[in-house]
Amino acid sequence: MKVKLENLSKRWGKVVGVEGINLDINDGEFVVFLGPSGCGKTTTLLMVAGIYKPSGGIIRFDGRVVNEVGPKDRNIGMVFQSYALYPHMTVMQNISYPLRLMKTPKSEMIERSQRVADMMGIGELMDRRPAFLSGGQQQRVALGRALVKEPELLLFDEPLSNLDARLRLSMRSEIKRLQIDLGITSIYVTHDQVEAMTMADRIAVMKDGQLHAYDTPTEVYDRPRTLFIARFVGNPPMNITEVDVSQTNGAYHASSEGLELVIPADRGEKAAAKGSVMMGIRPEDIMIDSEGIPGEVFGVEPLGRDHLIDVKIGDIHYYLLVDPSLNLKSGDRVKLGFNTKKCQFFDKKTERSLLWN
Amino acid sequence: MDLKLSTERGGIQSPSPVGVPNQSSKVTRLRSKLGAYGFMAPAVVLIVLFFFIPVIILFILSLSDLKSANFGTLQWWLPSNWSLVNYTKIFADRFFSKFLGNTLFYVLTTLALFNFGTALAIALLTTHINRRAGFVFRLMWLLPRLTPSVIYILMWRRIASRVPHGIINQFLGPLGITSGEDLVTALPWLFVIVVNGLIGASFGLVIFSSAIEAIPRDFLRASKVDGGSTLQTIRFIILPMIRWPILFVLTFQTLSLLTSFEQILLLTDGGPGLFRTEVWALRAYHLALSTESGNTQWGYGAAWAVILVIIGIGAAVIYMRVFKFDELVQEPKIDLI
Repeated sequence: MKVKLENLSKRWGKVVGVEGINLDINDGEFVVFLGPSGCGKTTTLLMVAGIYKPSGGIIRFDGRVVNEVGPKDRNIGMVFQSYALYPHMTVMQNISYPLRLMKTPKSEMIERSQRVADMMGIGELMDRRPAFLSGGQQQRVALGRALVKEPELLLFDEPLSNLDARLRLSMRSEIKRLQIDLGITSIYVTHDQVEAMTMADRIAVMKDGQLHAYDTPTEVYDRPRTLFIARFVGNPPMNITEVDVSQTNGAYHASSEGLELVIPADRGEKAAAKGSVMMGIRPEDIMIDSEGIPGEVFGVEPLGRDHLIDVKIGDIHYYLLVDPSLNLKSGDRVKLGFNTKKCQFFDKKTERSLLWN
Repeated sequence: MDLKLSTERGGIQSPSPVGVPNQSSKVTRLRSKLGAYGFMAPAVVLIVLFFFIPVIILFILSLSDLKSANFGTLQWWLPSNWSLVNYTKIFADRFFSKFLGNTLFYVLTTLALFNFGTALAIALLTTHINRRAGFVFRLMWLLPRLTPSVIYILMWRRIASRVPHGIINQFLGPLGITSGEDLVTALPWLFVIVVNGLIGASFGLVIFSSAIEAIPRDFLRASKVDGGSTLQTIRFIILPMIRWPILFVLTFQTLSLLTSFEQILLLTDGGPGLFRTEVWALRAYHLALSTESGNTQWGYGAAWAVILVIIGIGAAVIYMRVFKFDELVQEPKIDLI
């Protein structure tokens, strides 16, 4: 099912939940709403679910306006952060609940619930109550309950945040695989950028009730549309620093204290028009280079496979990942090379990327 | 000192060689016990003074034949004057079945229609509307309980009185629905039940609405997304989740209705006619404390009251054991994952 949000807003009195969201979700697509807490991602999801009524704008399912359609008539399945498994019902009763509400004949109800439970690998737990299940099992029951009525749209509200790190990893790929197999259009809310990057076909990045970007994970990572996204996505985060960009003799130069970089024309042209801009460069795009710019190691954090080092050039700190065998220590002098083909430039006022349009 | 004490208690395997630390630990233990009893003492004194002693006196009275005719001459406290005659008299009373029937009818009808039914309906209603409006609406239902009984009943008497004073008659009379007579006399049970029910509903209302509001919202959202209408969500999710508060209100209010009589006393005094609305507790009052009949039968009245006390204690035991009332008070029995 296709979902379309047109200028969607939600306000409570003067408090703005979300403002002017425009979004197109294709049939079978897996879209992640990504943003810090309070950014409006769950509010938007609850409007799609029909639990919140929009204050403005339109929600369309396959072109049909559903603003006034109640959640029970939207044919959606939803997985909650708390799982929301009914504690007084067994696993079987929980999973079959949506079918029971549709007055499905009992034998069909049991058969379909059992089939979904088997698919989720919890087929032998049908008589248990939720309180006697592990977190991962509860998660599967919640998924089963969302899937049993074969919905046209699946909604996930931070479903993995209550699981431990290892289980989260395996459930992540399991949910993704399931979604591909079933081909159900899905919206997944999370504040975890790794979940967003790994699962999404497209990521809608939100902040303060507004949509900052709606791009593929690669675009979100390689060409973030706003300074906020540049800072929010990526771990360790992107280095951001203020530079002056100018054009001399047909070449573009970005300079700040102790730093002088030649940048490709396609990236530098718009920045040069602004003069003073914010430059972003990811830690993996800075490397030790004997031909590079001199600096001093300020701190070293061993991460196992790499060391994250903090190098000071002038008064500005740059973070980069280096080979642990280099055995760098605080105070060491190093020279840094910058992969300027991956430089980002942002307008200082609007904080918008100068690489787009 | 404290540290030593705790190791002493825990380390049973190493008996202390000298008596001194043992003695000091005994003193400390005694002191902490005295502290606990000290804090409990006022409550214990009150309960003994105003519950246990009156109940014992009541029980002894119920075995005697004390009445205004032999007051001052009968030594009711002497076991030689005790017998079970009063109890056999209760069951032999010509109107026994009338009183029992009245009581059952009054308790069950008021409970079903108001103390449980209305309370649950209003609780569900006020938790499904705007929060503040719901709160105000619930507050209004507390008014009958907050109004002094005499004023509350006088108000109802005026509302139901005959033309030209009665408000109901003024509205319904011209429509031909009422004929202008005193409505409490015409429909005594209706008014007894409504008047009591409007007071009683607020108890369940407060308990139910706080229990409903304590249900995590995700459950209700999940039920809606799963395809549940409001009624289905109430039936399959909300009611099972508040089943403990429901049981509590049902049992507690049954007891409360069994023993309350002052509204009936003030409204109909058990009438009109012979015992039309006379319930068990009112019967006990009339026999033991009302001087209108000229002969106050303390002993016989006490026997009627003792039976209510026994039912009450029995119910208290059931609360504690079966419903685990103490746990119920500590935290809402809505089991969360």
